[in-house]
Amino acid sequence: MSSTRKLRILVAKPGLDGHDRGAKIVARALRDAGFEVIYTGLHQTPEMIAAAAIQEDVDAVGMSIMSGAHMVLMPAVVDLLRARGGEGIAVFGGGIIPDDDMEALRAKGVKGLFTPGTPLAEIVDWINANVTPRQ
Amino acid sequence: MAGEKDDLESIAARREEWEEKECRESFGRIPARLPRFSTVSDMEVKALATPADVPNMDYERDLGFPGCYPYTRGAQASMYRGRLWTMRQFAGFGTARDTNGRYKYLLSQGQTGLSVAFHYPTLMGYDSDHPRARGEVGKCGVAIDSLADMEVLFDGIPFDKVTTSMTINGPAAILLAMYIAVAEKQGIGQDAIGGTIQNDILKEYIAQKSWIFPPRPSMRLIVDTIAYCTEHVPRWNTISVSGYHIREAGSTAVQELAFTLADGIGYVQAAADAGLDVDAFAPRLSFFFNAHVDFFEEVAKYRAARRIWARVMKERFGAKRPDSLRLRFHTQTAGCTLTAQQPMNNVVRTTIEALAAVMGGTQSLHTNSMDETLALPSEQAVTVALRTQQIIAEESGVPNTMDPLGGSFFVEWLTGRMEADALEYIRKIDDMGGIIPAVEQGYPQREIADAAYHYQQQLEKAEKVVVGVNKYVMEGKIDIPILKIGEEVEAEQRRRLAALRAGRDGAEAARCLEAVERAARGTENMMPYFIRAVKAYCTLGEIIGVLRRVFGEYKDPGMF
Amino acid sequence: MRDIDDGMPGAVDALKALYPRTGRAHVVGVTGAPGTGKSTICDRLIGSFRAEGKKVGVVAVDPSSPYSGGAILGDRIRMQEHATDPGVFIRSMATRGHLGGLSASTGDVVRVMDAMGMDVVIVETVGVGQDEIEVARTAHTTVVVLVPGMGDDVQAIKAGLLEIADCFAVNKSDRDGADKVVRELQVMLDMRPRREGDWEPPVVKTAAIHGEGIGDLRGALDRHAEWAAGSGRSGQVLTDRRKSELGEIMRGMIAKAVERRIEAYPGGIDGLANDVRAAGKDPYTAAEEILKGAMDGLKESGGR
Ligand SMILES: Nc1nc2c(ncn2[C@@H]2O[C@H](COP(=O)(O)OP(=O)(O)OP(=O)(O)O)[C@@H](O)[C@H]2O)c(=O)[nH]1
Ligand SMILES: [Mg+2]
Repeated sequence: MSSTRKLRILVAKPGLDGHDRGAKIVARALRDAGFEVIYTGLHQTPEMIAAAAIQEDVDAVGMSIMSGAHMVLMPAVVDLLRARGGEGIAVFGGGIIPDDDMEALRAKGVKGLFTPGTPLAEIVDWINANVTPRQ
Repeated sequence: MAGEKDDLESIAARREEWEEKECRESFGRIPARLPRFSTVSDMEVKALATPADVPNMDYERDLGFPGCYPYTRGAQASMYRGRLWTMRQFAGFGTARDTNGRYKYLLSQGQTGLSVAFHYPTLMGYDSDHPRARGEVGKCGVAIDSLADMEVLFDGIPFDKVTTSMTINGPAAILLAMYIAVAEKQGIGQDAIGGTIQNDILKEYIAQKSWIFPPRPSMRLIVDTIAYCTEHVPRWNTISVSGYHIREAGSTAVQELAFTLADGIGYVQAAADAGLDVDAFAPRLSFFFNAHVDFFEEVAKYRAARRIWARVMKERFGAKRPDSLRLRFHTQTAGCTLTAQQPMNNVVRTTIEALAAVMGGTQSLHTNSMDETLALPSEQAVTVALRTQQIIAEESGVPNTMDPLGGSFFVEWLTGRMEADALEYIRKIDDMGGIIPAVEQGYPQREIADAAYHYQQQLEKAEKVVVGVNKYVMEGKIDIPILKIGEEVEAEQRRRLAALRAGRDGAEAARCLEAVERAARGTENMMPYFIRAVKAYCTLGEIIGVLRRVFGEYKDPGMF
Repeated sequence: MRDIDDGMPGAVDALKALYPRTGRAHVVGVTGAPGTGKSTICDRLIGSFRAEGKKVGVVAVDPSSPYSGGAILGDRIRMQEHATDPGVFIRSMATRGHLGGLSASTGDVVRVMDAMGMDVVIVETVGVGQDEIEVARTAHTTVVVLVPGMGDDVQAIKAGLLEIADCFAVNKSDRDGADKVVRELQVMLDMRPRREGDWEPPVVKTAAIHGEGIGDLRGALDRHAEWAAGSGRSGQVLTDRRKSELGEIMRGMIAKAVERRIEAYPGGIDGLANDVRAAGKDPYTAAEEILKGAMDGLKESGGR
């Protein structure tokens, strides 16, 4: 029956920056790759993102941050998900993220990280390889 | 100018023959590289333009002279022979003290104007100690919470010699109030200061999305600043109607042109509806465009912008003063064309873009630093960016002749084409009842999102090339030094805020906030209330907080 | 909920277990053409129910892309205000090819929310602008949303839509033309044949984005709920609902069993089609065989 299990992915824009061009393009690309994308819009707090992820029972949460606040906001989402029983939810992110920050974020549980200019296909491939429907 | 009708016919006929004969032969040997040639905005372009492509162009009517209606060839008669464009690098990071150091450095290196980048909490009207500011403090701009920070930011910078542009929208009126207050402390009256606030909320809804209030109260604040400055701060540019962010959000060049001018029309209409005289305020409206990498498309865009605006102001709004008709603009090279891969290539992109802005007759220019897709610009990178402008100004010879591309068949054709396409958009927006209803329906937002997705797909199919990204890719990274802002800035701002709140006259601050609230509920001009409040060291977050209560908040309509 | 949506075995057991706890929530359907403001109205309704301390569930359905099978579910964006309110539970769903404005499992998800103790469950349909009749079978009270300035579509609203509406919201009344829509609707409603004691669908003007008219809409919803409970019709309404619920569940089970059977066939539907052609069979016979297999499977699994 795996054919009817569709991946559900939350695409969120945490923080105060309004650059949602990337997030929207990714949302469209994920739809076109056959995923169900829940888009929550701009200016989300980590609490809002975690609550939506749990209610929507998603398999993954993707976040885009262009303001440099990734080191605070991305781990905050990971922690909140864990605290609410969503530890199985894969977390990935994109934005202007320097290399050494990437290391630190991976260590904190943000598994996939993409910089501007990453081909959409690469993100889709990453999801197919790393995200499975939660049981 | 294109010649007699008979000439045009014979040129058109000869062109057809040329395609049949010479072209066919030549392409028979060397096939075309691409099935279709188009600009970065995917507008198809001709292989060759001739006088027959601009058959109806009338020199006096459509081009004229620099400084003369319809201003196609330039905003002033003297252009760069009189004064070069203002070299104005957008800068701000960390605390006010950090940024003050950068400003002094830039001025010492020959920069001629200041441009303030605020961090996101300021742009969104939150103090640095608000929970929403977590992780954002000082990151993408300078942290300004109150007049105390502004005093440090401009410490030792003479407001009578330097003009300042502030990229601020939702809270623009309050930052202007702070600037006026700092000037006063420097002993300079508000009638003597010069500068710009962006104050363009419509493009926030459309593209940049640093909004606070819903459209209607936002428009009221904008009209208040226009009215106040027209009377008291005559050298201040009250709105910088911005296409830059529209383009960065992924629009085409025509969309940037059309939506920006439609926004401009919206502001003029709003101010006129409020009873202001068009010729009193229109001269202080300025524009802000992107300089993308498709050279001719950009030059044509600036020229078309001037022509459309002059005609709109004259024909639609009945403006009479030349200053009301002439579109002046600032330009920034396109951040979205910079690549994290092989970052040095960004210097070259920026040079091409800056050249387009100068050829298009810009009044001021910011050139991006090569490292801006990686982090905030380092001092080294920002110096190269400034030098790029100086080389164009002093070495290239480009500024010696006005509108040097004017009369090029291709550029004139492209200018006309962009004008026509933009006017078509503006007509659609008019049909929707103007830009505010159009924005509420998400029309420009959707057009931009579609264009952005279309371009991304072209990139992925390699129909469009970005060097170093989808062609000429290099393994391994090229490192350049980058500037990082630590979390200690947030701690520092929190300390400053706590000290400020403890040290000020609390009763006066509370009275000022109450007065702001009363004014917001009424219809008076709010500027005097803001000036009084900032002088009492009410923080930005406190003042905006009061306004949020009265005006409500705008929410992302999330258009796809 | 996820298992229900994905039609996982085991979901049926869960539904059986929670069924006795259902039947308490007031289920409100919100339907109307795309972009009429359904989600914005939902957002405001949530606020109004929450002000009274009622727990609110929302099931918001958006279309799946017919090309990729994927979807962008964006209704939630308009309900951000309530994102972190523990008394609100919002679930977005994709139609996954199901016609009629809902997804195949919407009814089941509504029942889960009901069993979770929600006082109100709001169902927002896909805005296809026609044939969203199905929502009326799921909801106790159906709101049909219209807006001014859509041409002369008041005339063009499908008779079906008129049939299912327990209440009309003429939204975006901050724009010109709302009064005209209200008038025209009223005329159409007056022309309908009526029986004594029939519910008269009220027409409410709203400007959801500014929160205007929401109190009136709430009033209409509550009145309708009261009427349904007290009109003596409620018995009939309940029987009708049970009937359609039963039909819906049976259809769902059969469809799933057939799907599963086809999937189990070597090569899936393509393999089946090839074999049918190779064996020179007619499609009716082949279909009967599959159905029989599906029924056997259903018997073994007990409907799961
Ligand atoms: N002027 C005006 N605009 C409104 C009103 N209510 C909603 N809108 C706007 O209409 C647009 C669509 O609103 P939604 O609530 O998403 O509409 P919807 O029916 O849920 O849309 P779909 O789910 O996509 O079919 C948004 O831009 C809203 O801001 C209103 O009362 N007045
Ligand atoms: Mg909706």
